[in-house]
Amino acid sequence: MKELLSGNEAIARGAYEAGAGFAAAYPGTPSTEILENFARYPKVTAQWSPNEKVALEAGIGASLAGVRTLVAMKHVGVNVAADPLFTFAYTGVNAGLVLVSADDPGMHSSQNEQDNRHYARAAKVPMLEPSDSAEARDMTALAFQMSEDFDTPVMLRSTTRISHSKGLLDLKEGGGPAEIKEYRKDPKKYVMIPAFGRLRHLEVLKRLEKLKDYAETTPLNRVEKGSDGGKIGVVTSGVVYQYVKEALPQVSILKLGMPFPFPEERVKAFAASVEKLYVVEELEPFLEGYMRSLGLKVEGKSLFPLFGEIDANMIAEKILGTPLYKKLEPGDYDPAEIPMRPPVLCPGCSHRGAFYVVKKLKLITTGDIGCYTLSCLPPLQAMDTCICMGASISSAVGMVRANPALADKVVAVIGDSTFFHSGLTGIVDSVYNKAPLTVLILDNRITAMTGHQHHPGTGRTLQGEETVALDIVDVVKGLGVKRVVEVDPFDTKGMEKVLKEELAAPETSVVVARRPCALLKKKPDPPFACDPELCIDCGICMRLGCPAISQGDGHVQVDAALCTGCTLCGQICPKGALKEAGETHE
Amino acid sequence: MNNQEVTSILLVGVGGQGMILASKILAQVAIERGLDVKLSEIHGMAQRGGSVVTQVRLGPAVNSPLVEKGQAEFIMASEQLEAWRWLPFLKKGGTVVLSTQTINPMPVIIGSQKYPQNIAQRVEKAAGRSIAMNAFKMAVAAGQPRAANVVLLGALLREMGIGEEEGLAALTAVIPERFLEENRKAFASGYHFEK
Ligand SMILES: Cc1ncc(C[n+]2csc(CCOP(=O)(O)OP(=O)(O)O)c2C)c(N)n1
Ligand code: SF4
Repeated sequence: MKELLSGNEAIARGAYEAGAGFAAAYPGTPSTEILENFARYPKVTAQWSPNEKVALEAGIGASLAGVRTLVAMKHVGVNVAADPLFTFAYTGVNAGLVLVSADDPGMHSSQNEQDNRHYARAAKVPMLEPSDSAEARDMTALAFQMSEDFDTPVMLRSTTRISHSKGLLDLKEGGGPAEIKEYRKDPKKYVMIPAFGRLRHLEVLKRLEKLKDYAETTPLNRVEKGSDGGKIGVVTSGVVYQYVKEALPQVSILKLGMPFPFPEERVKAFAASVEKLYVVEELEPFLEGYMRSLGLKVEGKSLFPLFGEIDANMIAEKILGTPLYKKLEPGDYDPAEIPMRPPVLCPGCSHRGAFYVVKKLKLITTGDIGCYTLSCLPPLQAMDTCICMGASISSAVGMVRANPALADKVVAVIGDSTFFHSGLTGIVDSVYNKAPLTVLILDNRITAMTGHQHHPGTGRTLQGEETVALDIVDVVKGLGVKRVVEVDPFDTKGMEKVLKEELAAPETSVVVARRPCALLKKKPDPPFACDPELCIDCGICMRLGCPAISQGDGHVQVDAALCTGCTLCGQICPKGALKEAGETHE
Repeated sequence: MNNQEVTSILLVGVGGQGMILASKILAQVAIERGLDVKLSEIHGMAQRGGSVVTQVRLGPAVNSPLVEKGQAEFIMASEQLEAWRWLPFLKKGGTVVLSTQTINPMPVIIGSQKYPQNIAQRVEKAAGRSIAMNAFKMAVAAGQPRAANVVLLGALLREMGIGEEEGLAALTAVIPERFLEENRKAFASGYHFEK
């Protein structure tokens, strides 16, 4: 029976079929569903770790303990996990370990579009790259075997279009954790002091030679001969292979299912078999660089962009000179007339009140990543920076220490999941270096942005089992913060008072704004409504950016179906026109 | 739609409207016919009330999971502004099935931009064929306000030349038993919608 699986579901399936018994990850689009799906299989152990470095390290332990292990993260997560990755590449594995990197060309939901093929080369580990769900399953399973055969972690690179596209595949019978391999003490292999590390580096180089030989013969890399008599040849990999097939069904294709190590001989032979050679790849000229170093005459980034995604139409245009499709644009189609529809904070979102106050106080906000980052858009526009997870606190330490005049104006704002991911060391830095910093932690009791995953503060595991809930107030006190205050982000007056006090304090203080994410609430509170007799249409409530409030005829309107009764609009209306429905003159 | 060529469909709307169910039912139609199918959807940021799109391609053998500008034989839109936004993806002569429901985006809510007027008429003029209905009201009438997409799907499958029984069978395979009755009603009301 054929089943329709997304790339992420297929990766989880491949790991299960290959006998993986352990998996760890930290959520991040487009990788999140890999672990969520793997965790549903029987007899496996799976966990959310607080961040990607911890996830990979837990995976390393599981591999050394003899259990086949899957670790998954989004592309920027590999930056966090890079430290263990580069040395684990030296030690190698006991049971196989596969590290999935889900890249995001086009930045559908990321802060950058880095190309993680570079990591495979830099860490000297092999990388496989599927071009649809069926390959994602098969390559994941093969990657486990390769990991043990070559004694190396193996990276599998997905992209948004692989992870979040679905295709049909035949599910194999069976699966489930393979027999646990024996644990062996081997300090020369696993204790990377310089004397042992030097020896292992030589092993890594030998392994790389073997992997290069493998790349020359593996069916992961294959030539599809075209019907054009060898006029055009295209080297490609990943989802772009599908676009090439769509755009140029007649040409010869060298599809690289294993972009690293690069199969030099096969590429040279392919180049010799065609009149004109192209390489089509998203983002970096990774394959192209190798091809040029071989002295091949090839067109790649001279035609295709270094940013964003590629599609079939672009390939036809650039290589054949004619587009595949003609877009429909009637005379009255004016993109400027079409309002954008950016994502927004939900009605009843607990972050809204916090940012309303932050904006009112005209603070410099070093921000972080999560739903709350949406507060950077109009009308709230209450965030000054967003770099990477955790940077809110640590960059604010630098700001207030380097430029003390900013001390009572800067607030670092970070979410609860992000705090556990990488906020703790920033707090330690602030306390240790006596920074007069105010940190606002938005504790909405969940990892909301990526689809509501549990984290160390929620009291539940990945599987929903009860566990210890780390209390952020206790944690920051334990880290040495003396001034810790809890507030309700829906109490704007209370928040304003507390923030003013803490900003004036000459030491590190932490304000924890507590209120669960609106989507966790089963039953909303009674909706609000606008009293047309009181409303003077001043527009102050519109500054909240609440999707439930809109401009009506001479007064504002509250959409009762969207309103969750959070009371914020009622608190800021100068005329008391916004009240619980039923108390107004409608 | 015939079984010899690939058909490309774009499902567009606003995050939270539940586009994924409609794409699953379309995929089920393909599976029952023994066809290949690929779907593509963007998660993440898009869930928070943003503009969302799901792409469906079915046929004897499907390569790309994407539907590109000028390629869609069909666009199904559960909100009218989204129908207009994504119109350049329609193939010349293609069909648009849209709901006349309006959901104001933030720039309109805060008054920095206007919601474009007469969208249904403009789509009608530009597309080969267009079917506009208030799918939300029809779903409420069928007893399930959240089934607006199933109403539209009924109309879409009819436009694609897929039999009502065949469509209902796919729906039944995908939707949990306890929601079936209202959804079958919603589907039928879309399938039999007269312009
Ligand atoms: C290194 C890294 N890992 C993962 C992500 C993906 N990601 C972005 S925000 C976020 C979590 C946000 O949760 P939280 O801080 O609780 O804020 P909320 O969304 O609940 O407001 C995650 C996992 C990322 N951007 N960078
Ligand atoms: S999902 Fe939760 S945290 Fe995210 S915008 Fe909605 S209410 Fe706010």
